[in-house]
Amino acid sequence: MKSNMKQLIAMTGLGLGALFTAQAHADYSVAIAGPMTGAYASAGEQIKRGAEMAVADINAKGGVLGQKLKLEIGDDACDPKQAVSVANAMVNKKIVFMHGHWCSSSTIPASDIYNEAQIPMATVSTNPQVTERGLKNIFRIMGRDDQQGGIAGGYIASHFAGKKVAVIDDKSAYGKGLADEMAKGMTAKGLKPALRESITAGEKDYSGLVSKLKAAGVEVLAYGGYHTEVALILRQAKQAGMKLTVMGGDTMSNNELVTAAGGNADSVMFTFAPDARANPAAADVVKEFRNAKVEPDGYVLYAYAAMQLFQQAATQAKSVKYGDLQKALASGTFNTVVGKLSFDAKGNLKAPGFVVYQWKGNKYEMVK
Amino acid sequence: MGQLIQQLINGLTLGSVYGLIALGYTMVYGIIGMINFAHGDIYMIAAIIAVTVLTLLGSLGIMAVPVALLITLVVAIIFTSVYGWSVERIAYRPLRNASRLAPLISAIGMSIFLQNMVQLTQGARVKPINALLPGGFELFTSNGFTVHLAYTQIMIIVVTAVLLAVFTWLITKTSFGRQQRACEQDRTMTALLGINVDRTISMTFVIGAALAAVAGVMVTVYYGVVDFSIGFLAGIKAFTAAVLGGIGSLPGAMLGGLIIGMIESFWSAYLSPEYKDVATFVLLILVLMFRPSGLLGRPEVEKV
Repeated sequence: MKSNMKQLIAMTGLGLGALFTAQAHADYSVAIAGPMTGAYASAGEQIKRGAEMAVADINAKGGVLGQKLKLEIGDDACDPKQAVSVANAMVNKKIVFMHGHWCSSSTIPASDIYNEAQIPMATVSTNPQVTERGLKNIFRIMGRDDQQGGIAGGYIASHFAGKKVAVIDDKSAYGKGLADEMAKGMTAKGLKPALRESITAGEKDYSGLVSKLKAAGVEVLAYGGYHTEVALILRQAKQAGMKLTVMGGDTMSNNELVTAAGGNADSVMFTFAPDARANPAAADVVKEFRNAKVEPDGYVLYAYAAMQLFQQAATQAKSVKYGDLQKALASGTFNTVVGKLSFDAKGNLKAPGFVVYQWKGNKYEMVK
Repeated sequence: MGQLIQQLINGLTLGSVYGLIALGYTMVYGIIGMINFAHGDIYMIAAIIAVTVLTLLGSLGIMAVPVALLITLVVAIIFTSVYGWSVERIAYRPLRNASRLAPLISAIGMSIFLQNMVQLTQGARVKPINALLPGGFELFTSNGFTVHLAYTQIMIIVVTAVLLAVFTWLITKTSFGRQQRACEQDRTMTALLGINVDRTISMTFVIGAALAAVAGVMVTVYYGVVDFSIGFLAGIKAFTAAVLGGIGSLPGAMLGGLIIGMIESFWSAYLSPEYKDVATFVLLILVLMFRPSGLLGRPEVEKV
């Protein structure tokens, strides 16, 4: 009995020792995940650039709760299967916070795994289902497709009244969700879509679709999907001697659209959150990015903001344990480079804003 | 009426590309009885080379379109031929006498290898080029629909027709063609007659790769955007075309390609683009149910 007691004390001591050393040396691992390769790799690159800069800045200021941050990067190539294995790998790496994924179809299955492993996450995925499944660990730092679809649909109805509008999606969770919302938004304002179709993403030939649109006299294309397909459709429309105005979602903010569309991108409009670069509070960070030769457009500042979100929540909670962190994220208000962020009970942004932009050469500008 | 003609042009263009790639599948199957799954990726490599060469020529100031196109074609054909030759040498020849499954797996491995190689060395981003041959003819207008024939579409259809003529002549009239057909019928007997079977098979791979190179260059000019993953989908479609037309049959491959191109554009136009692949594969199943060896394929006669 006595020796047992001794053993127990010795073991507790050892255990505590191990715990302390572990705490003293372990950095906090935070992670990003998104399409680092594949057709949408340019979006992944934006996320990576933003998160790397944020982690470097946070570490330069002493880290979080006295610990340095270590950034893990997961590549899901926007493939739901790969997203699940990335999520499992991240859980094994004992990350305390995740910013990702990017494609809604990746975020949805991956979030179940993070939820089970009790890892809080901030995402820019816009499909409503992301936050509609009762998961407590997920916080959306961007608006939802029903919001941006409503705004895009309303814009189409008021600016292109009397013209024929085709609503097309790419069958992805994001694309179909957005296209449905755009169609709903238009119809509510009294403009019915002339055509409602789906295409297969990843193909190169959309000439069949383009001729169909031309034959139907379509002038405006409301598109739910990613920029690569829009670029091809625009090129092929030009070749068929057709002028097409495109209204899309947040993914059209990618400047790869301009190069891939071969000079036909000026007719693309899209909804996106108000340009964070114009936010006075972000001026220093924007300058820092530009000094590093990175233009902080698209998702760059959102990735930066996600890391700020983690830093502020952990500081408020004085802990990185799931329970504390989750409570802090759910109840707090956070000052980030993309503005003040706070979340409702489902984890949606309380005050999301979407405005309409249009490409002009290599830049996009807000339109009224 | 206008749209019908327009979709006919679209389908013919798309079908020509599928047909050119399908020829490579069917030739290799004819001679060594295996499916070269890396063939789609050879086509992708040609497209990537085309983007590189065209960009390079642009920066050197060579702007004359026919000259630039010709140089690109020659460079792409040379490089992809080397690829085709090496793929056969490395991945298939050592397995020539192994079970039929071994080279099949080796081919899938080669396809994954080539795709990842390009992704790692060239990056995963899509690679665009500026429109090289913009514009086209306005053929006629009916019911407010103007039928357009782009210069690039003319180029694809004409080049395919010329290649097909040259290729048919090569197979039916030259001594290489005779050797190639002899190897198809009986490799052992051909070897006994003093014909270098290995060299004939290598040449088959080189010619298949060259055809894929032409397809890759034309697609680059036509669509203007390529990336490392285009080989997969194009390869699957072309393989389907080869099976539909009767694998092993050269006119069959071209016919299969054209049929698939037509179905895709007409189905997109008059029904729904969502289900065009379903339509293609339903037709494939129907054809194989009633003609198991494809439209123009000869049934294999088992000699006892």
